[in-house]
Amino acid sequence: MAKYGFFLGCIMPLRYPGIESSTREVMDALGVELVDMQGASCCPAPGVMRSFDQTYWMSVAARNLVIAQKMGVDVLTICNGCFDTLFEVAHKLNHDPEMRKKVNKILKEAGVDEYQGNVNVRHFVELLYKDVGVEAVRAKAKSGKGMKAAVHYGCHFLKPSNIKKIDDAERPHIFDDIVEAAGVTSVPFKDKGTCCGAGGGVRARTPDVALKMTKENLMNMQAAGAEVIVDCCPFCHLQYDAGQAQLKEFGIPVLHLSQLLGMAFGLDKAKLGLEVHQTKVNL
Amino acid sequence: MAEAKEPNPEFTRKVVEAGGKTVNLCFQCGTCTGSCPSGRQTAFRVRKLVRRAQLGFEEDVLPSDDLWLCTTCFTCYERCPRGVEIVDIIMALRNMAVRKGYMAEPHRKVAELISKTGHLVSLRDEDKALRGRLGLQNTPPTVFSDPKALEQVKKIGEICGFDKLIAGGK
Repeated sequence: MAKYGFFLGCIMPLRYPGIESSTREVMDALGVELVDMQGASCCPAPGVMRSFDQTYWMSVAARNLVIAQKMGVDVLTICNGCFDTLFEVAHKLNHDPEMRKKVNKILKEAGVDEYQGNVNVRHFVELLYKDVGVEAVRAKAKSGKGMKAAVHYGCHFLKPSNIKKIDDAERPHIFDDIVEAAGVTSVPFKDKGTCCGAGGGVRARTPDVALKMTKENLMNMQAAGAEVIVDCCPFCHLQYDAGQAQLKEFGIPVLHLSQLLGMAFGLDKAKLGLEVHQTKVNL
Repeated sequence: MAEAKEPNPEFTRKVVEAGGKTVNLCFQCGTCTGSCPSGRQTAFRVRKLVRRAQLGFEEDVLPSDDLWLCTTCFTCYERCPRGVEIVDIIMALRNMAVRKGYMAEPHRKVAELISKTGHLVSLRDEDKALRGRLGLQNTPPTVFSDPKALEQVKKIGEICGFDKLIAGGK
């Protein structure tokens, strides 16, 4: 059984814990063992923290990587933001000895072990596609109800593609393939692949601007007949879920892929944590 | 006749050093602006921001609200025909702006929460109760249940001067 350090981040465990319980159950069903990373912190968030001070951002991220290093595992995340920070920092530190030296000096002073530069960071959609396989997902899926889904990749799962090298950044398919394996139809829609609007600190600083971007995406999803939005990031999830409540229109339920798979695998509905969603989920 | 501003190569050099090493490769085609989801809703124009950074117009760039309208979606970065790492340039400029004290209060609060608690959102009683109902540990197995780990995070903030940095907002 493949084993990974499960990086929780902030929004999932604290605002949508149903994504966490679904992920744990779904990964277990698919034979992926998740081990807790005791004492991990915020990744830290690429929007505000990288914008403020890149040395601090890298050092806090490196401390999280050291936790996985001690456990002898690679990191698994279900959040595009955590993935962006941890992947990018691991990439920088694994390839640039000078930068690693600089960060390790800070870690040492803070009483943290040296980072050796060997931890890899995986996004769960990529892991499902490449390691677990679409057929394994299809074999477990009992009912997908044939719903029409707008699949939202978000930005930081695939981009920047020059370092992530996961799928084509403009015409990706791996997330759609998993959703379809769960018995759900992924519908094409205008400007699919556009940012939800929340990233880069825009949601915190100018929520009205973020919401305008969200609204345009929602209009395109609705025009395509989407009955559900499926995301692979708790921050995009929050933006679509809370955004629709604020806009007081659309009402398209939002599911994180882990919740969709949980549903398709026939998990106890109470384990999906859907009652905290601000846009009602009647699926 | 309008008075033209003099370029300031010194500032451009600082942008390059801070991580915006590709800034001088831009030839102003505007693919970035045409691809920008934020610019579709606002007057933010990525091409102009990069041009100002190239010319070293520090005072036009660092205090500007436009600098903070980028969602870092990387669409421009992916499409740039000159390989300009636009998000890296914006990050370098934002780091410089923050060092000058330009930071919005909601951002300062997020930064403060992370440096003090290790997470960007709080753990409320209702979160603990819901986690319990879902069969999860009430308090996540993170810095929230590990005071020693939190001390390390705080110490990193101290060493990097992060606490001082976010105390200096304007």
